[in-house]
Amino acid sequence: MNSSVIIFPGSNCDRDMAVALKKFGFKNKMVWHEDSDLPKSDLVVLPGGFSYGDYLRCGSMASKSKIINSVINYAKSGGLLMGVCNGFQILTETKLLPGALLRNKLSEFICKNVFVKVNNIENNYFNKIKKKILELHIAHNEGNYFCSDNQMKEINDNNQIALFYCNENGESKDDSNPNGSKKNIAGIFNKEKNILGMMPHPERMIDKYLSGDDGSIFFENLLNNLK
Amino acid sequence: MKVSIIVTLKKDVLDPQGSTIMKALKGMNFNNVNEVRQGKYFEIDIEEKNNKKAEDKAAEMCEKLLANLVIENYKIIGSQ
Repeated sequence: MNSSVIIFPGSNCDRDMAVALKKFGFKNKMVWHEDSDLPKSDLVVLPGGFSYGDYLRCGSMASKSKIINSVINYAKSGGLLMGVCNGFQILTETKLLPGALLRNKLSEFICKNVFVKVNNIENNYFNKIKKKILELHIAHNEGNYFCSDNQMKEINDNNQIALFYCNENGESKDDSNPNGSKKNIAGIFNKEKNILGMMPHPERMIDKYLSGDDGSIFFENLLNNLK
Repeated sequence: MKVSIIVTLKKDVLDPQGSTIMKALKGMNFNNVNEVRQGKYFEIDIEEKNNKKAEDKAAEMCEKLLANLVIENYKIIGSQ
């Protein structure tokens, strides 16, 4: 399976993502934001970081970068496209995903492990996943998911919520919502479920001795689903 | 022609920066502050002599980049 990770100026989780993808068997290529063509890919990842210094709004400048037209065409023709953290912000700014990511409710940068619950498994990302409650890492200042009431209705009608923040028992309550996200949303899909945006970083949880192993479960499962 | 634009968060969008600024103002004894909302101001120099055309171009820039219409409103406040 071939993957591509896009590097923007200010991306800082691109290499972690490449390490994770390779560890679980992807042949990965790094793609510079000024390139105009994507290599042949079964998965394209927009990594975390601070693309273009978070100028204007997080992800807004990256959403107008040269490579993004190819990424949009790839995703619109059904290719798997995943955005993590800043990548999620870029996906909302390109309008490939609905809504926006606002500054965290309590005005603080949050860097900690959280639990998320997989809400929809009828897609290539989570189909057959062996654990529905995953412990992943978040590190962001703007992860507070917001959308209009009309968008929320559409998201619910199309079963587009991918992940909820929850406690270790899988209960989504106010005290397990780290950043003020509407309905505890940690990740969403597009209608067709080939595009996934999420704030948590699975690539930071791929070593049971250093961090945790739940990111490994995600990547192994994704690769198996694509084989 | 310079066009001036203000971008603000929509009413129902939380503004933690504004709330924090309000708390600071209250701490400085500005006790009669009810709310603070923070926005952005842009001044764009456009190669154009006609005000309406310059403002229309600026509006297009707002729609496409300067404002995220899911969470923000924009207002062109003048051109000269």
